[in-house]
Order: sequence, then structure tokens, then C-alpha cells
Amino acid sequence: MAQLSYREAVAYGIAQEMRRDPKLVMLGEDIAAAGGVFKTTVGLLDEFGPDRIKDTPISEQAIVGAAMGAAMTGIPVIAELMFSDFVAVTWDMIANEIAKTRYMTDGQVALPLVIRTANGGGVRFGAQHSQSVENWCMMIPGLKVVAPSTPTDVIGLMAASVRDPDPVVFFEHKALMAMSEEIPDGEIVDELGKAKILREGTDVTIAALAAMVPKALEAAERLAADGISAEVIDVRSLMPLDTRTILGSVSKTGRFYTVEENPRVLGWGAEVVSIVTDEAFWDLDGPCIRITTPHIPLPAAASLEDMAIPSVDRIYETVRRTAGGSA
Amino acid sequence: MPTEIADPRYDYALRPPRLPQPVDESMASQPIDTDIRLGMYRKLHLLRQWSKRAHDLFLQNLVKGTTHLSLGQEAVATGFSTAMRPDDYTFATYRGHAHSLSRGMDPGEALAELLGRSNGVLGGKGGSMHLTDVEKGMMGSYAIIGAHLCIANGAAWSAQMRGTDQVAVCFFGDGTTNIGAFHEALNMAKIWSLPVVFVCENNLYMEYTPIDIVTAVPRPAADRAPAYGLDPIVVDGNDPDAVYLTAKAAIDKARSGGGPSLIEAQTYRHGGHSRADPGKYRPAEEIEAWKGRDPIPMYHDRLLTLGTPEETLTGIEREVAGVVDAATEFAKSGPEPGEAELFRNVWADGGAEWRN
Ligand SMILES: Cc1ncc(C[n+]2csc(CCOP(=O)(O)OP(=O)(O)O)c2C)c(N)n1
Ligand SMILES: [Mg+2]
Repeated sequence: MAQLSYREAVAYGIAQEMRRDPKLVMLGEDIAAAGGVFKTTVGLLDEFGPDRIKDTPISEQAIVGAAMGAAMTGIPVIAELMFSDFVAVTWDMIANEIAKTRYMTDGQVALPLVIRTANGGGVRFGAQHSQSVENWCMMIPGLKVVAPSTPTDVIGLMAASVRDPDPVVFFEHKALMAMSEEIPDGEIVDELGKAKILREGTDVTIAALAAMVPKALEAAERLAADGISAEVIDVRSLMPLDTRTILGSVSKTGRFYTVEENPRVLGWGAEVVSIVTDEAFWDLDGPCIRITTPHIPLPAAASLEDMAIPSVDRIYETVRRTAGGSA
Repeated sequence: MPTEIADPRYDYALRPPRLPQPVDESMASQPIDTDIRLGMYRKLHLLRQWSKRAHDLFLQNLVKGTTHLSLGQEAVATGFSTAMRPDDYTFATYRGHAHSLSRGMDPGEALAELLGRSNGVLGGKGGSMHLTDVEKGMMGSYAIIGAHLCIANGAAWSAQMRGTDQVAVCFFGDGTTNIGAFHEALNMAKIWSLPVVFVCENNLYMEYTPIDIVTAVPRPAADRAPAYGLDPIVVDGNDPDAVYLTAKAAIDKARSGGGPSLIEAQTYRHGGHSRADPGKYRPAEEIEAWKGRDPIPMYHDRLLTLGTPEETLTGIEREVAGVVDAATEFAKSGPEPGEAELFRNVWADGGAEWRN
């Protein structure tokens, strides 16, 4: 058992996979000697050398395009995009090329690649360096999307993503980088498309993703003191989506909440809520409620950003106010 | 009645024509094996006759959607594919039929794909703009300008890592030299010394706009080459021999670790940009002059001059006509794809499930 931070877990997970598969390579800006702007690739150059840990020019299309071309010709690749906002710069590559090529070629082309990127707010970087863009990727058929909330999940889901034969967009959350925990010994391999119930409860179900997970857990702790028993689900994987775990929980609690860092409109929670109302309607004791960032660009000032992104207080108060007779 | 404005700034057909260079007669005496030359003659005919058939089928409303033909530009695909090794990679644009056929894609499966049939090379799911045949090294036809130059780099990088000596050859148009991905790709290819050959098929027009009025330099590819430490290479894209020799030099260089090349092949499309576009934005004199530089009759004459009997050439033409007829029958006989194809191959498990 070692104590590892979320940021260290990224390099740990990549190293685990690079040791396993000598063909696996990674490319991105400032990832080699510099160790990445978030220090998530520290040590990899020393262990794997400059041919496998490759610094690139500031050319997001060339980076993701190279990953695609290498993957389709037998080299599994991890591509780093420094900030997830930059997926917009290479969106053609991700949304039009990588996502669709297997289908368009009726299976001729396989794309075993992972695009890793630093996502989310809470670090006062302003509207162009703080977005939660996982929904952009979730809505494109052909992309798998994961967003871990703990160091152990970073490692396990990294392994699952690298080993998956389909393209995966892997969102590392900036606000979680310093979080640390004990991780198990030995190889850590998880599974895509599996949500995790992190806290069992009987009155309400709260589904959260990435940096919203610890907040939901804290809110659940406070709700418990008020006599409301909240079940907290870490969604972890948006594509594929583990609806069975969510539906199972809702059928037990009858109340459903999502906590989403994304701006309101068309967040992942909207899809999940739509599935819950379609398929668990008669189990519900009240409306499904989404707790999200308002539909605004994310502001930089600490006071404003804290107001915008769902807080423990907001989660607690929203559930407290609406959980009604279940309590 | 609207007034007709006869102004070359707005009606490109009134501009001065851009005329082709005369044929370089010294190409006839280049030491190229007769077998190779006859193979190129067959390819030229296959690409020409197949594309004409695709056009006919389009006019019969059997090809839906769109098609972008390479009529007139066949010598580029012919020369390059002949210089490539079977395991080399081709990356093409939506104007990719010639490149697909020239790498050996089955003409029937290619045509069936245009007709939207399940016996198409992509099961009807890609269509005219996405012809791909990985087994033949045809790594795809890409319909969004620029992306595939970056993807070709990746294939070349992979070949470099695997140590296979494969070369990636990436074809694109003159208009593509003005998008960012072109510049990102060239820079990366150069700094990593990738075994990739970029081939700009300069047909003087993007869709309907002459390239010179939207491009900062007269030669869209060649004049950009020095910015990336590359030689400015221009070749007569209507002469199969010239293309073949230029291709061979660049491919050999890439294969032996010499890094990337950027080649501008000057050519012209006989028809419009796509579908039934009549191409009326081009000066009549220009179209006539370029049709006079049609690679096929020119090559026919060259082969005669070099001593190939006329019967050999007509034999090739007839054989190809039979292939194209058979391809047409094969394509027309295919069923339309259904639900099985609709949900097939979104994911590597062969299906389309995204939730449990
Ligand atoms: C990014 C992008 N912008 C615009 C288009 C629409 N479009 C399709 S073909 C074309 C012209 C391309 O010209 P060129 O590169 O010269 O190739 P050619 O068609 O002449 O072979 C345009 C503008 C596109 N497919 N992708
Ligand atoms: Mg053009």
C-alpha cells in the first residue's frame, strides 16, 4: 500500500501500462522533460525515454491526428491535451475522424487510443481553462468517456482505457490533483462502464462525477445528521453508461439528484434523468433534480467561481429542501 | 431582369486562362520498364472508365448523395501508386476513388459503396467520400479538409517506430494548403523526420474559387515547402512517367530515413467539383487547353512511339471495359443494407450498445 496523490496516480497508471505493453507511446506538449503542466507525467521520460514519451509542438490537430494514424496502424497511443478546453482546437479530429472511422469503414479501422486531458474548474483559471467538457465528448457516438474521482480510479480506469480497443477520452480533474489516498499493491485494472456506489443510503440517490463526487459525499454526511439517508453514486464512466446501477438505486430510494459541474444545458445528467423518468417513473416519489453550474461561462474570480460550481452547501440545501417526506 | 455583370472579379470564367505546360518529351526516354508503363496505362484506363461509369450511374440517380471524380487527374494516382510498395499507406480526400482503385480496391465493391449497397467496401456506411481498404494499404478517404495530413503523419510515425520501412503517401488539393492542419502536419513531419510524402494535386480550383485569389503565394504547396525546411518540388501531374519518377524519388528518400517531402502535382479536373457541377466558373479556353493535355491520349501516343503495338493498348482498354461492366453488375445486384448494418461496428465489440 502506497500513499499517492491524484496527480501522481496519472503517471503511475501510465507507467503500469507502458511496462505491460512495450508498444504503448505517449505524446503531448511539455510532457517529457517538463513532466506536464500539471506534473502528471513526472518520471515517465526517465523510465521510458524520448521515443515513447514524446514532446510535441503546440499543434493539437497534429497531436491527435498522429495518435489516430499510429493507432490505426498498430501502435496504441496516449495523447495529452494540456487543458480540456483545447479539445475545441482539435474537435474535427476527435468528433469527426476518431469517433466515426470504425463505423464508416464498417469495422476495418480500430483506434486503440486514449486522449487524456485536464478538465474542470475550481482553480480560478477563467472561462477558457476551466470548462467541464465531458458532455461535448459524451454526445458523439463512437467515443468512450471517463472521469475518475480518486487516485485509485485514475490508475484503474487509465488501465481500462488503454486496454480498450475503442478511443477513450480520459478527463483528469484539475481540482482533484492534490487529493491523495492509499492505493492497493500490484496491478490495478478497472472496467469502463461501471458506476460505483460510494455510500449506501435509503432516502435519496445522488449521482455525481469527478470533482463533484467528494462534494456529494460531504453533503451526504451532513444530510445524514438531518436524518436523510443519501446513496452516492460515482458515475465514473459517461460512455458506456452504467444505467443499471443508477436505476437500481433510484428504485430503492425513489428520489434522484445529479451533481454536474457542467453548464446547465444538456449536461450528462439530463440524459440520465431522461432514462430514469422513462424507466423508473413509477418508483419515483418526486421530480428528478439536477444540480449544475448555471448556464454561463465560468468566471475567474474565486468568489464568482465558487458561486457558479455546485458547492457542498448547494447540494445539501437542494436535497434538504426537496427530499420531502422521504426524510 | 437581373443585370449581367461581366466582371472577371466576380465571374471567374472571364479571367485570363491558366494554361498547362507543354509535355516534357524527354520523359519518353526515361528508363522505365515497359511492364511498368503498360501497368500505368491500364491503371489510367481503369480510373477513367470506372469514374465515367460512376458519373453515368449518378445521372441515372443510382448514385445518391455526392461524388467527386478525378477525371483528368488520373496520372497522379497512377504514378504514385505504381511507385509504392504494397504495404505502404495511402491517405486520400473525398476525391479518393482513383487513389482507392489504384491501390487495388475491388472496382465492384467500390462502385457498390457509391450505390449504397451492402456489398460495398464499407457495407454502404461510408459512401463515396470515405472509400477505405486497409488490407490494400488504402487507409481512408477523408472528407474534412486537412485532418488526414495529420493522420498520415501518425501512420508514418508508427512505421518509424515499428521499423517496417513503410511510407505514408497523403494526397490533397490546392485548397487544402490554406488550412491550419496542413501547416501543423508539415512541421511535425519535418521535426520527427517522418517517412511521409505529401502530394498536393493542384487542379487550380478549390471548389468553385480559383486558388490564386485565395492563396498568398503562386504555387500553393511548393512555395510553402521552404517554410518547413523542405524542397519545393513541382511535377507535371498529367504525365504518368514524370509523376512516377518523382514519386519514386520521394518514397525512396522517405524509406531510407531521409524524411518527408512535399510535392505539387499540377493537374486539372475535366469536370466540376462534385456531382453534376458543370464547372462553369472556369474559362472555356482553359478547359479546352487542359483537355488537350489529357494524360490518357498523351500516354497512348508515348507508348506507341516507344514501340508498343496498338493492339496491346486496345487489348488493355477492352479488358478494363470488361472489368468495369462486371463491377457495375456486381454493384447493381447488391441488396440495400438494413438494420444489421445500421447498428454494426460503432464499437470494437461489433455493436452499438452504450448503456447497460
Ligand atoms: C474544413 C472544410 N472546409 C470546407 C469544406 C468543403 N469543401 C469540400 S471540398 C472543398 C474544396 C477543396 O479544394 P482542394 O483542396 O483544392 O481539393 P479538390 O476538391 O480541388 O481536389 C471544400 C471547400 C470541407 N470539406 N472541409
Ligand atoms: Mg483543387
